[in-house]
Amino acid sequence: MILEVKNIKKDFGKTKVLKDVSFSLKKGQVLAIIGSSGSGKTTLLRCLNFLETPDSGEIIVNGKTLFSAGARYTDDQIRENRLHFGLVFQNFNLFPQYNVLQNVTLAPSLLNKGTPEELDALGKKLLTQVGLSDKLENYPCQLSGGQQQRVAIARALAMHPEILCFDEPTSALDPELTGEVLRVIRSLKGEDSTMIVVTHEMDFARSVADVIIYMADGVIEEIGTPEEVFDNPKSEKTRAFLHGFRESF
Amino acid sequence: MSFWEVTAFLLDGFKISLLIFAVTLLCGAPLGLPIAFCSMSRFKPVKAITKVIVWIVRGVPLMLQIFIIYFVPGLLFEFPLFAKVDTYFFLKFGILDAGRVIAVMIAFVLNYACYFSEIYRGGIESISKGQYEAGFVLGMTKKQVFRNVILKQVIQRIVPPMSNEIITLIKDTALANCIAVSEIIKQANELAATKALIWPLFYTGAFYLIFVGILTILLGKWEKKLSYFRS
Repeated sequence: MILEVKNIKKDFGKTKVLKDVSFSLKKGQVLAIIGSSGSGKTTLLRCLNFLETPDSGEIIVNGKTLFSAGARYTDDQIRENRLHFGLVFQNFNLFPQYNVLQNVTLAPSLLNKGTPEELDALGKKLLTQVGLSDKLENYPCQLSGGQQQRVAIARALAMHPEILCFDEPTSALDPELTGEVLRVIRSLKGEDSTMIVVTHEMDFARSVADVIIYMADGVIEEIGTPEEVFDNPKSEKTRAFLHGFRESF
Repeated sequence: MSFWEVTAFLLDGFKISLLIFAVTLLCGAPLGLPIAFCSMSRFKPVKAITKVIVWIVRGVPLMLQIFIIYFVPGLLFEFPLFAKVDTYFFLKFGILDAGRVIAVMIAFVLNYACYFSEIYRGGIESISKGQYEAGFVLGMTKKQVFRNVILKQVIQRIVPPMSNEIITLIKDTALANCIAVSEIIKQANELAATKALIWPLFYTGAFYLIFVGILTILLGKWEKKLSYFRS
């Protein structure tokens, strides 16, 4: 197992956002997390990236316990832990003052991950991979949302995360731009890349994911293969949720 | 007195105005940064004390602050600090009444540092949380995020309000008059009193206008230089 999440709980004040969430993931698997807004999907991803601290539970990567509630972690430990994960945000969060190539190479160069020449080459390679080799010198404000999100994906890949997380990567995009981003995510699927995608794109989730988690009210209501979850949901809530999606068309 | 003699006489005063301006900018702008950080501190007492200081400094006329800085050491502690300044030493640099000039500078630096700190705080707080998080998830340290991601965006946002403050600053230097520092308006008053010339007083406006004109151009260029990105 590359990732084991055990009994994660997280409260914001009186609101229990995550109530005992556990799951595990094998290397190379793609996990899609679906569910209504407010079900705790994003908070779960933020816990994995140590942007939120769970109130209880454990996060284990490759057998190594990165987080165990109650233990104290220094800023440097948290930073090290984060490097196992990458995160692509809903609203991109590119660095506006840097051009596309610099956005990708900034973090690896600050963390001394290679010579400037090596990092430049890496950046160009990744940007070619996401189809933006002709936009290296552009600034984020000159790009469309879909292009910005593809830069954000290249930026996350530049740190070679073991598990790449996507937080609703297409929710801030115009409908006609979602395709290019989803295609890039799909192209990343392979033996070496483990991914967790929080999404509202049901067709995409179904076709790209190995495992689907349906979350509702802070718990994993249903987990299984796409066929199991989409075609034969066990839970009444899952059925209602999926039904709601079909009705919307 | 000829026009050029008057000009030279006023220019001597304007040099003092510029000196106060430069020292305030060079010391006050950096000093504003730690004040801004203290006013955003998560440690409540530091935050509270800083807020009270900023409130007092921004809430009391600058002229009064100059009086306080200049007179209080002598009145309260019987130690006339600024009278002890080596006048002759500074005279070599063409600065009359160095003690008073220094008192004015201290008041200006403190006052402007507090104003600058509020501009910085506004700028820093206006940057979205997502920018910090994007840096953090890429493994950057807090320092790296601030220096490499946040700072330039903050600078872009604070240039217009800073420009405003800087332009106000050169005109505020006239307040040094209140403890008889020989800045330009004091010099003009001197001419009115001793030579019965009133026109130099109005002529001082030209000095301010020319300097503000230069500032406006420079600050405008700075603003334009930073406009290549939108945050």
